[in-house]
Amino acid sequence: MTEENDRNFGRRRFLARAAKAGISIAAAAGASYLLYDSKGPGAGGKAKELVTLPDFSLPARPGQTISVVKGSDRIRTLNKAIELLGGIERFIRPGETVAIKPNVAFASPPMLAATTHPDLVAELVRLCLNKARAKKVIVTDNPINDPASCFALSGIGKAASQAGAKIILPKAHLFRHTTLAGGKLIKDWPVFYEPFAGADKLIGIAPVKDHHRSAASMTMKNFYGLLGGRRNIFHQDINTIIAELAMMVRPTLVILDGTEVMMTNGPTGGSVSDLRRANTLIASTDMVAADSYGCGLLDLKVTDLPYLAKAQSAGVGTTDIDSLKPIFATIS
Amino acid sequence: MKIVTTRRISQTFFFSIFVWFCIVGTVGQKWWQLRGWPINWFLQLDPLVAIGTILTTHTFYRPLLWALATIILTIVFGRFFCSWVCPFGSLHHFTGFLGNRRKSAAQKIQLNKYRRAQCIKYFVLVLFLSMAAFPSLAATLQTGLLDPIPLITRSFNLVLLPIADSPVSFVSIAQRFYEGAWLILAVFLTAVFLNLLIPRFYCRFICPLGALFAIFSRFAIWRIGKREKECIDCKLCEKACEGGCGPAGNIRISECVLCFNCRQDCKDELIGYQTQSSLAGEVTNPDISRRGFVLSLAGGIFAVPAVRLSGKLAGNWHYKVIRPPGALAEEEFLKRCIKCGQCMRLCPTNVIQPSGIEAGLENLWTPVLNNRIGSSGCQLNCTACGQICPTSAIRPITLAEKLGTDEFSDAGPIKLGTAFFDRGRCLPWAMDKPCIVCQENCPLSPKAIYTREYFSTVRDGIFTVKRAVDKTIETVEETIAPGKFATGDYYCISEDGERSKIAANTENTLVISADKRFGKIPAAGGKIEVQVRLQRPYVDIEKCTGCGVCEHECPVSGRRAVRVSAEGETRSADRALLLKR
Repeated sequence: MTEENDRNFGRRRFLARAAKAGISIAAAAGASYLLYDSKGPGAGGKAKELVTLPDFSLPARPGQTISVVKGSDRIRTLNKAIELLGGIERFIRPGETVAIKPNVAFASPPMLAATTHPDLVAELVRLCLNKARAKKVIVTDNPINDPASCFALSGIGKAASQAGAKIILPKAHLFRHTTLAGGKLIKDWPVFYEPFAGADKLIGIAPVKDHHRSAASMTMKNFYGLLGGRRNIFHQDINTIIAELAMMVRPTLVILDGTEVMMTNGPTGGSVSDLRRANTLIASTDMVAADSYGCGLLDLKVTDLPYLAKAQSAGVGTTDIDSLKPIFATIS
Repeated sequence: MKIVTTRRISQTFFFSIFVWFCIVGTVGQKWWQLRGWPINWFLQLDPLVAIGTILTTHTFYRPLLWALATIILTIVFGRFFCSWVCPFGSLHHFTGFLGNRRKSAAQKIQLNKYRRAQCIKYFVLVLFLSMAAFPSLAATLQTGLLDPIPLITRSFNLVLLPIADSPVSFVSIAQRFYEGAWLILAVFLTAVFLNLLIPRFYCRFICPLGALFAIFSRFAIWRIGKREKECIDCKLCEKACEGGCGPAGNIRISECVLCFNCRQDCKDELIGYQTQSSLAGEVTNPDISRRGFVLSLAGGIFAVPAVRLSGKLAGNWHYKVIRPPGALAEEEFLKRCIKCGQCMRLCPTNVIQPSGIEAGLENLWTPVLNNRIGSSGCQLNCTACGQICPTSAIRPITLAEKLGTDEFSDAGPIKLGTAFFDRGRCLPWAMDKPCIVCQENCPLSPKAIYTREYFSTVRDGIFTVKRAVDKTIETVEETIAPGKFATGDYYCISEDGERSKIAANTENTLVISADKRFGKIPAAGGKIEVQVRLQRPYVDIEKCTGCGVCEHECPVSGRRAVRVSAEGETRSADRALLLKR
């Protein structure tokens, strides 16, 4: 390689290098332009995209809003109570997807009645699938204790899946943020959303339980299970949050199981001595009415549960059960 | 089939089932969950676990009898475990191969020669065993720190699996957390990356289990050796020697891990696996100097009393060492726990955590409960941790024993500790806010947390009555936030002491609940006081089992307003809090 050659080579190399340098400068400047942020982060952080749960309620049918069936056999009282309201076909159309929300809050066995009875859940699943010919039934909850353990020990996981339902456990990606219009507490709060977003109908099914803070846990309180995050802070204002849950969740139908009522030590129970047989099962399209009737099973008055009045004044339902002309029946 | 191919198949097979046992260690009913999979099998095969616990407890715990099979096979065949079964060994073997595969034969021969420092592993073994062997001085089982089976079990289950599973949530529906997992990972990665320096670095220099096998392989009936005394001395047999045992010359039987690479690489087929000792000579004894042996023995003997000078097993015990239900009393526990992490892996609520060193050096990676982590404290109807513990450091208790029912009703439930309220942080106690999430979630019947009703006058809560009609009181002040007292928790008290629940309020009116009618309507100009109804929580020490559900659920989410501390735990009489009735 001669001196001259080397210089020629150097020139060419210089040009190539200058071109690469130019591209690098352009890339750095371009990236800076694209990412340029004149303001910096705001105080509130990045706003989350908000969702709203669908309204699952059906138009009211006067005289067929609430039924109360006495009897000790849950399967028969459930069938009768739904039949009295017009049958499951009134609520579920063929080919629909139904979400069932039982109370699976605790990892305790069915005999303690801290959770919805698995026989009831299974029968409701069968009614939806076989009688109303629903396409799909999902059973889901966001429990307090470990979710997998709750579904296993309560017997609901096995009973519901054997009846043909799909169990959905509360994985983190199923939660979305919501704000309740007209609400005071539910603002930009994570809610168990995805399983319900894909459903056509929603049925809530809950036991009647003593609850030290709110006096009673029934169908409205059952939807506490839809809240995510550190939802326990709402206990500071328990009546408002339960009323807001009833505003946020508009189920097609609710079932309130008072076959065995947890009279004391609720909502966890823990002993059969906490239970009393009341042999009553309620089906209702009005949660407020169902709970207003149910509190009587706990020897409570409607005024002992301030959340009922709150929900009524929010227009969710009525505490005046007689105005709904409840249908009573007894199964011997 | 070539024997090295057979070996690779064996390594792949055992490594795969090891990984499989990590995945299936989930409580559940699905076929890929824990329903009979023998996930402790590798720990049971590990003779260091068996011998360690034999030294500390003087008993051979039944599930560990598998180790006897490993020992017998080692006595007959040599260190087969290291190159044929050990999942940690296979990992080192593979990474060592990957990291050094581009090197020349001469470099590889240099890498895989015997080194004097390979004796370090014997000193590690002697140190650990002497820490365990003298119960009259103070025995502790620390083999699990470096024993490869507990080490890889803990690393996979508590670090790699949660990281791999977190984007897909397949094994666990929620992210699993393990406090201080980074340290477990750091040890694991250091061991793995040392293979880039020297292949099977861990196996050759550190592994106390390998050292134990070396001792057992002394009388191996079959062994690697040269069939002829003389050869061309090409040293190719040492090119891929996994143990660094020097098969070309005086082979060191104690270092040979039976990888069979020498037999594979000898072009003249002069190396065999045979009953005949190597014709080129062999060294059967591990290369341990007397001075090193005595030093490590003495080190072990002194280490335990030195560590215990902190008093962590005496009056200075750490109140945060809340052990899982069924755990033995602390000293006995430390004689059995091998830090494998199986209880932490299996715990369905993720509450069992690897301990750090704040409760004493010996405690590192032993199981403690942290109620701020996981889905819900120690679940009432669960005994999974005791069922899985391979050494019974946590006894396999029944549910009846845990809950104190049936034949255990005299003994009462197993207490892990006791919950204490921090009244300076508790909402009803310190801040006049209703709450009692703790009471609601106490799983016992009757509940160990009970409440006492207390009416507390709110700040600036005394108002002057302007006029009162039926259920509505109008105040002179017009400063009340509308709806503030309408939550169902607020009451007003008239001057004659009558208390009525407030149903609604505006800035200058208070409306009394519908079911309430004033006996005497408050007079204009009189005072009316607004109070909040609080249910203030208390712990019934006779009932509390220390399960920690209250602490987990407490809405004061930083330092909880109710916290479990180990006082009162059943397993140690000297930490009792309650007088025996």
